[in-house]
Amino acid sequence: MWFQVILIVALIGIGVYLVRSSPSPRHLAIRRLLVLVALLGGVVIVLWPGLLSWLAELVGIGRGADLLFYLAIVAALIYVVNEYKRSVQLARTNTQLAREIALTEARLTDRVSALEAQLAERAER
Amino acid sequence: MGVMADASHTAPAATAQRPDVWVAIPLYNEAPVIGNVIAELREQFANIVCIDDGSTDGSADVAAAAGARVIRHPHNLGQGAALQTGISYARDQAGAQYIVTFDADGQHRVVDALAMIELARDENAAIVFGSRFLDDRTEPGLAKKVVLKTAVAVTNLTTGLTLTDAHNGLRVLRVDAAHAVNLKQDRMAHASEIVVQLGKSGLPWREFPVEVLYTDYSKAKGQSLLNSINILVDLIIN
Repeated sequence: MWFQVILIVALIGIGVYLVRSSPSPRHLAIRRLLVLVALLGGVVIVLWPGLLSWLAELVGIGRGADLLFYLAIVAALIYVVNEYKRSVQLARTNTQLAREIALTEARLTDRVSALEAQLAERAER
Repeated sequence: MGVMADASHTAPAATAQRPDVWVAIPLYNEAPVIGNVIAELREQFANIVCIDDGSTDGSADVAAAAGARVIRHPHNLGQGAALQTGISYARDQAGAQYIVTFDADGQHRVVDALAMIELARDENAAIVFGSRFLDDRTEPGLAKKVVLKTAVAVTNLTTGLTLTDAHNGLRVLRVDAAHAVNLKQDRMAHASEIVVQLGKSGLPWREFPVEVLYTDYSKAKGQSLLNSINILVDLIIN
């Protein structure tokens, strides 16, 4: 059954993507291409529904609806992985920003107290 | 606590203020104990910086009243994030030579920190890791022991160092080692990440036997075993 192979490869690919890759313009381009292919494929299948069943039989699945279901699951998984990676990335940016704020405030208060000490010293003289 | 009180006897308070050492303490909701922890550290160290990670129980005020320099995160980011903020602050201070990382919950002993600084100075080590498994003073439960030992094995596999303990919050970093640390793991996985980064620096390191005090307080707040799964996932997925 051809589709079993395709599906397993797709799932392993998603797992590898989850663990390995870091964001790059190449990945963005691939994601955008995938979206484009999905949209065009959708239009084609809406126009010629018979194509779906033909394709399903070609890869060894009985019905077109089943093929659609499997593809939807793969698409959903890719989406989840992408969003997860995006949220990790955002959390890191947020941490860096928060740290900069905290350190800047600390530097400022350190500077102010140093200046205040200098002023107090001068006042004593 | 009794043991820690003992520690302050051995070295008179006034002798050494150690201006070249900064103690960095990540702080999150430890108001009942942080005052004591800082008071005991203050007897030996002039420079203590607490990174308040968005505590909601007034921990920051207690720490400031006890004499620590308190830096506040705008909101809770996680222990790893707080530790990195503390290291970033301390390594930029004029005259800073050594940075001690110390837990806020009172599980570390001040004498151990002092001895680790001595070791770093005497043997010219850039990094000293505290280890609770180098002698048998510390008695973690069996489940905790299994988890910690697994963490050690994973850390050693990925870092090439041969440590006997991972996830021990007591460390001494010379300032050049501190500059090699750039933690991206905001939560608990930072404890492995810091070993990886320090290992990559190639700087000379030592391990030092420390005692971890499992008080009722720290036990109640301790990491759940399930959380080790979170640590593993955080480390695998970047």
